[in-house]
Parts: sequence; structure tokens; C-alpha cells
Amino acid sequence: MGLIKRVKKNFSSIFKNLFKKKTAKIGIYGPPNAGKTTLANRIIRDWTGDAMGAVSRVPHETRRARRREGVTIESNGSKVTLDIVDTPGLATKIDFQEFMAHGLEEEEAKRRAKEATEGIIEAVKWLDDLDGVILVMDTTQDPFTQVNVTVIGNMEARKLPLLIAANKIDLPESSPARIRSAFPQHPLVPISALEGQNIDTLYEEIADHFG
Amino acid sequence: MDLISEEKMAGMTAMEKIRLILDGVKKGKIIVLERGLTPSEEAKLIEMTMTEITPEDFPGIEIESYPSSQNQKLIDRIFRKPVVRTRLTVIGPANQLKTLRKDRDLISALVSSQ
Repeated sequence: MGLIKRVKKNFSSIFKNLFKKKTAKIGIYGPPNAGKTTLANRIIRDWTGDAMGAVSRVPHETRRARRREGVTIESNGSKVTLDIVDTPGLATKIDFQEFMAHGLEEEEAKRRAKEATEGIIEAVKWLDDLDGVILVMDTTQDPFTQVNVTVIGNMEARKLPLLIAANKIDLPESSPARIRSAFPQHPLVPISALEGQNIDTLYEEIADHFG
Repeated sequence: MDLISEEKMAGMTAMEKIRLILDGVKKGKIIVLERGLTPSEEAKLIEMTMTEITPEDFPGIEIESYPSSQNQKLIDRIFRKPVVRTRLTVIGPANQLKTLRKDRDLISALVSSQ
């Protein structure tokens, strides 16, 4: 990109900040079974009384992105209205036999695998159309997964805000500190989306970062 | 195993890089990229991989790269030039390459034959 174009782009982003959009489109991303839909359900239930989608122990339960518009979050005097997009879990491989290990019949496992690949394509395409991301990481797992690295890299390259929800702190083997030391450049809130632990701190951070 | 230099990749478009990687991996090769892919190319690679997965033959890829870093030069920060420093990346068939451990500067993987 040439110098003039870059200066023009930066002026445009300053003007955008001055006349900020009232609604930010925020994607909830992460690997399968990190707790994205559980978190989306918690946010939607706390602020609208509804739910977003079904959750399951079988990976790739969410195979279509779902958007909930106009969710207003108020915390510590800040107020933000968000369109929340719950995305299918990102992965680089889909093996139908993994679903069979969870008790699915072969045909159903293959159908789920096919739908999961389509869901991942959808999730990747949504990256181009967001104002920010809540990246849900499982605190019981290695934080340097390729999905985490790729999502963070994309947000950094686009200079879009990113908030890490370090999930599953209700589990004994949980280690949010491992994630914090892996990605110290981004804000992180340890939570349990399932139990609601520390969720008010997450709302404060959401209002602060995406408002 | 193919070890691909930064110079070779520099002259290729994003789609050419992704095609080169996927064609190699589908033949059972492990691909090592000296300078990796940009984050948007990685996202595109995931997307293309999903279109090529078949239940019996190709379950997808295992890809491991070190986290990229942003250019910290003052002049680039003033003009907000988005220079991403990508790093070594290993890609292989999901049924042959398995990551054992990974941290900021070390990737430990197991490679097996089909």
C-alpha cells in the first residue's frame, strides 16, 4: 500500500473513531468444545433472557454461525450494544471417526463431518465482517493451538480489538496463567461460562473494549 | 518432506501457495515453510482445506506455526503499516503428522507413515 493510501486510511480510521458506530459486530471464536455457545448463551440470557443455541460434548455441535442483534451490555457506567455472532469451532481437520467414538452411527457421523466443514468455512468468512472478536480458549488445554494463533494473527493484522475469554476455570486442571503468558499482548478474563464465575468482569471488559 | 525457502514463496500469490501446500500434503508430504504464511493466508488455507476433506481419503491437515509478530519500527507504527513477521510453519496430512507439544519457540511433532 502506498504512503498516501496509508495516511488516507489512518485519517479515515480517526474519523470512524470520532463518529463511532453505535453497534459493534463481535464474533465469538475458538476451537471446538472451548465453550463458545455456552458463553454466547450466558451473554444472551443475562442481557435479553433468551438463548443462542444447543450445546453438546460431541465436537462441532454448532455447525452454522448464528447472529443475535442488538444485545446491550451495561457495566461500570459503560454501555455497549453488540451484534453477537456465535461461530462454529475452527479446526484444520475433521475426522468422522471421532464422532463415531462419541456414539454416532457412521452415516450420521459423515453427515456431521460434512456440515462441520461447511461451518468452518462460514466461520472463516465471518472474520472479514467483524468489528472485534472474543476468543474463547479452554484453560485446560495447550494455548498455542493453530486456531488460536491464526485468529489472533488475523485480528492483529487487521488491528481489530480482541478479548480472550479463558474458559473452564471451574475445572481443577485449569490454568489461565498459561494462556496469559502465551499471549500477554491481549486482555484476558478467566471465566467459567458454564458456572458464571467472573462473568461480571468479562462484561466490564466487553463494555470497555468494544464500546 | 519438502522444505520450501522464503524466496520461493515470496514470488507466489496466496492461492498459488495454498495450492502448492494442499497438493503436496494430499500426496502425503510434510511441508516445511521457512517463513510461513500470513494470518490471512492461514485462514484461507483452513477454508480451502475444508473444501477438500473427504471422509475416507483426506481428513484435513495438521498445521503448526509459531505466533507471528508485528513490526515494531517507529516509522511503521506512525503510519500504522501492518507488517506481520511470519515464522517457520510445518504442515502435513492430519493422519500422518501429530503435534506433541508446542510453545512460542518450539514445535515437537510425531510423523508417521500411512
